Amino acid sequence: MTLLDQFQQMLLSTGLPDWAAYLVPALVGVILIVAVSLTLVIIFIWWERRLLGRFQLRLGPNRCGPEGILQPVATGLKLLLKEDIVPAKADKILHFLAPIVVFVPVLMIFAVVPVSDGAILANLNVGIIYVIAISSISTIGIFMAAWGSSNKFALISGMRTVAQMVSYELPVVLSLVGVVLIAGSFSMLSIVQAQSIPFILVMPLGCVIFFLGCLAEMNRSPFDLLEADSEIVAGYHTEYSGMKFAMFFMGEYGVALAYSTVITTLFLGGWSGPLLPPLIWFLIKVVLVFSVTIWMRATLPRLRVDQLMSFAWKGLLPMAVINLVIIAIEVLVVPASMLWLMVILNFAFAAALVLLWSRLFTLGGGRVEV
Amino acid sequence: MPIKTEPFYLNIGPQHPSTHGVFRLRVQLDGEVIVDVEPIIGYLHRGIEKLAETRTYTQVIPLTDRLDYVASMTNNLAYCLAVEKLAGVKVPERAEYLRVIFSELMRLANHFLAIGAFLNDCGALATPLIYMWREREKIVDLCEMTCGQRLLFNYMRVGGMSQDVPEEFMPALKKFVAEMPKFIGEYEQLIKQNEIFLARTKGVGILPKQTAIDIGASGPVLRASGVKWDIRKKDPYSVYERFDFEVPTGDVGDCYDRFWVRLREMRQSVRILEQAIDQIPAKGPIWADVPQFFRPPPGEAYGHIEAPKGNLGFYVVGDGSIAPYRVHIFPPSLINVTALRDMAIGWKIADLIIIFGSIDVVLGEIDR
Repeated sequence: MTLLDQFQQMLLSTGLPDWAAYLVPALVGVILIVAVSLTLVIIFIWWERRLLGRFQLRLGPNRCGPEGILQPVATGLKLLLKEDIVPAKADKILHFLAPIVVFVPVLMIFAVVPVSDGAILANLNVGIIYVIAISSISTIGIFMAAWGSSNKFALISGMRTVAQMVSYELPVVLSLVGVVLIAGSFSMLSIVQAQSIPFILVMPLGCVIFFLGCLAEMNRSPFDLLEADSEIVAGYHTEYSGMKFAMFFMGEYGVALAYSTVITTLFLGGWSGPLLPPLIWFLIKVVLVFSVTIWMRATLPRLRVDQLMSFAWKGLLPMAVINLVIIAIEVLVVPASMLWLMVILNFAFAAALVLLWSRLFTLGGGRVEV
Repeated sequence: MPIKTEPFYLNIGPQHPSTHGVFRLRVQLDGEVIVDVEPIIGYLHRGIEKLAETRTYTQVIPLTDRLDYVASMTNNLAYCLAVEKLAGVKVPERAEYLRVIFSELMRLANHFLAIGAFLNDCGALATPLIYMWREREKIVDLCEMTCGQRLLFNYMRVGGMSQDVPEEFMPALKKFVAEMPKFIGEYEQLIKQNEIFLARTKGVGILPKQTAIDIGASGPVLRASGVKWDIRKKDPYSVYERFDFEVPTGDVGDCYDRFWVRLREMRQSVRILEQAIDQIPAKGPIWADVPQFFRPPPGEAYGHIEAPKGNLGFYVVGDGSIAPYRVHIFPPSLINVTALRDMAIGWKIADLIIIFGSIDVVLGEIDR
């Protein structure tokens, strides 16, 4: 029984008509999700810029408001006031629609993320599949932007997008199946409840594969080839300005936030934790995951496009398959009460597999004869 | 009916984040693979060679600053060497040592920026660049202490230096030199073992030894291809023959070797600086009395140095007046960038960017 269900029961008991009792909680939930997630996105943009500043021997924005927390608001205002430029040869409809198609699915992901016990907008019994399906929609939006803005840099970025997203979805999904096997459910709530030991310990390799796949899905370094600024300028949003650019920007950080919450839910035990209230635990874990991505962004160079592909197909995918088989066998053999045994076994398997792959696997590609 | 195809042309530059200035590459692509590259230069042409003909010999020095503005003092040196040869001026001992100190500081400053920007091109978001920038700032501070400028120094004069270093300079320099090996080691550790960096640079953009010699490449680009050629050793100028240092070379001539040669060169520069600090005379003139409007005899002279980017030459023709009749500049960047097409064909766009970054060009020098 989620909090929204309880709210609905309460409204029904006050004698409201059925349709109103369904509509009011839904609207309240949607507004809450949109408002809270957008605010969080703004805070995360600030956090990224501050933390990145620290990594790079500088302060980061510190002028607007206390510690510069209002900087993203100022940036947003600036973008709002900017001229909206549409290239003369652009496909006007695609160019207009693309930011929306990128931005909206991001917000939809938050609907199935439980922030504490029962605090979830839609307790879908196929929660994980919903997340995967919805997050793939942004790919279409990015490709629309790339194609619609009739810019060659954007076009190259669009080609990279489709290849990258399609490739990395496979290892992501396969490592998710492991989670589903252990938890025995697709629902996000049940998965959190199943984590008496956080799944990052139970299936470390799956967690790493999922994390790397997510980095690629949310276009963050070292997989940020879509907007590799040293190569293809700004990639798909080269021709965007003003509020449309702001939507891409928000969408990008929204995806980062959304995946951080998904990783928290699936692998870090969601809201559960001692002493502190569940909501605080949830936020701490999300910030932690997000900070790791910032750390990687500040540290690592970028992969080349063919290396990116071979990393997905020759590296992550076979490892994810092997990991899945191992998990499946373990779920059959090891009794559910002996989860700690799986921890030991899987750490051993993960170490062995990573070691094996580091010997066997070479990032392919090289010079092409033309 | 066959499907009609046409080549995909992409203009990288003149406005592009990683062209290191206003440089344009007209790239023909097959998907992501580069079929042809045509570098187009001239966006920064300021006519420095022509301007030099209308200035006195001393007035040309600030113009030379504008060539390789990342290491602008080395340009002063090359020009002064040529004019000194023409006029037959003998430079005082202390000034020679100061020249060596500042050209090695400039080499460090240039390599800091070259390596930092190269890693930035590899996609490491600004962090390696800013670490390098922090160290470069110390060199710029040393120069500011001496001549009051931070970018275009205009410090050297025909026959010496414009002024002596202040007394706080030497202690500051000693501190800098003492700290440097630790920083270089730290940086090496951070970058050299990075798997992604190795995957991106090893074997990418190979410049074979013979090609490098044929096109007349010089500096780290030539040495990375395995040719042990350094003008400081082969044709010593100033007091370079008094110092003990090595010339690092690479094996293959790929992007990694060019990075690696630069990093080791920085260690050698620190070694030269240490020796120069020990040997420099404590007092003495720093300028052979060359009048402001001196008239060298008619004739011609060529002075060249091992600039951070390679062989920088100045060819000066005098006609007996107070201004040079003709000044020709032989810039290393222009020669080195001609190797770009050979290195880049068959690689991807991302590789083109790092190959271009590994050559380390400055557009002020290419376009003059």
